[in-house]
Amino acid sequence: MSRVLVGVKRVIDYAVKIRVKPDHSGVVTDGVKHSMNPFCEIAVEEAVKLKEKKLIKEVVAVSCGPTQVTETIRTALAMGCDRGIHVEVSGKDYEAMGPLQISKIFAALAKKEEASLIILGKQAIDDDCNQTGQMTAALLDWPQGTFASEVTIDGEKVKVVREIDGGLETIKISMPAVLTADLRLNTPRYATLPNIMKAKKKKIANMKPADLGVDMVSRVEVLRVDEPPTRLAGVKVETVDDLVAKLRANGTI
Amino acid sequence: MVIWTRLPNRGKVVKAATVSGSDMANPLRREVRQLYKNLLFLGREYPKGADYFRERLKSAFMKNKDVTDPKEIKKLVDRGEFVIKELEALYYLRKYRAMKKRYYEDEMSAVLNIGRPVD
Repeated sequence: MSRVLVGVKRVIDYAVKIRVKPDHSGVVTDGVKHSMNPFCEIAVEEAVKLKEKKLIKEVVAVSCGPTQVTETIRTALAMGCDRGIHVEVSGKDYEAMGPLQISKIFAALAKKEEASLIILGKQAIDDDCNQTGQMTAALLDWPQGTFASEVTIDGEKVKVVREIDGGLETIKISMPAVLTADLRLNTPRYATLPNIMKAKKKKIANMKPADLGVDMVSRVEVLRVDEPPTRLAGVKVETVDDLVAKLRANGTI
Repeated sequence: MVIWTRLPNRGKVVKAATVSGSDMANPLRREVRQLYKNLLFLGREYPKGADYFRERLKSAFMKNKDVTDPKEIKKLVDRGEFVIKELEALYYLRKYRAMKKRYYEDEMSAVLNIGRPVD
């Protein structure tokens, strides 16, 4: 039976109001509430569900970043993963880290751990790249089932129903494969306090990208971060004629 | 809890009896405490703020602090478990709706346009 790698990313909590740093180099992260990326939660839930159905043997939660990401790995363990791997990346490397470096790390880990499935969230809510799953599959030359809204394992094959523009597409791919989770794949369980306490006994292995032979050099440089333009207040008019006059003045008609 | 007593004629102080937790006024003490901790943990994510939640949680538990009937206590604990389920559902729905609004705007407009006449 098989082993599944699940990627979990520590991002700024979805409910937090994002503020841009005064120097426009990025977003304020110090002292801001962080949590697991919602799509990663869905990925973890799917992996744990597969294990509960006894279709796979072990679920390994993986996260890349500084020490704080171990909190995110702990949440994944509390949701039912068996063990964790913390790939330590900090400082400038962490700031420049993107899908390319992550997918290289996952590709190396998949070979090392002899995984038959990698399940990732479709995208992270902070960078919205939607690239890591695809890149990982390409590096490993594995088939990919992205935007999965339903996953069924059928022997050595996986049936994936994908959410695409205009509807749903069903594909059948062979394992080993990479899947990325979409919003409607499942309903993630909440990591309750008793589960988090139990998860403290589970192991989290620690390693560096260099141990996996991955170079973290980024080919992308962030030049500037700006807030979206503020929405202008609406204007109320008294009559339809006023509305038409205003639209004309505006140049809309 | 241990009860000590001195032997007659200024003898040694010895253990007279050990009273276990289950003999105490609240037989479900452990369950109640665990429930409180679990709810407090969940309350950290409460939309109106962790402090708001903690105040109301504390007053809700304090209101029932003099209940001694084990059946009554069990009923209250079950109600607490129900509240936990409600909170988990609240958090999930909030997150789902936020993600749907953010990433599936086209779907939302399609759904909202059902029943409107086409001009």
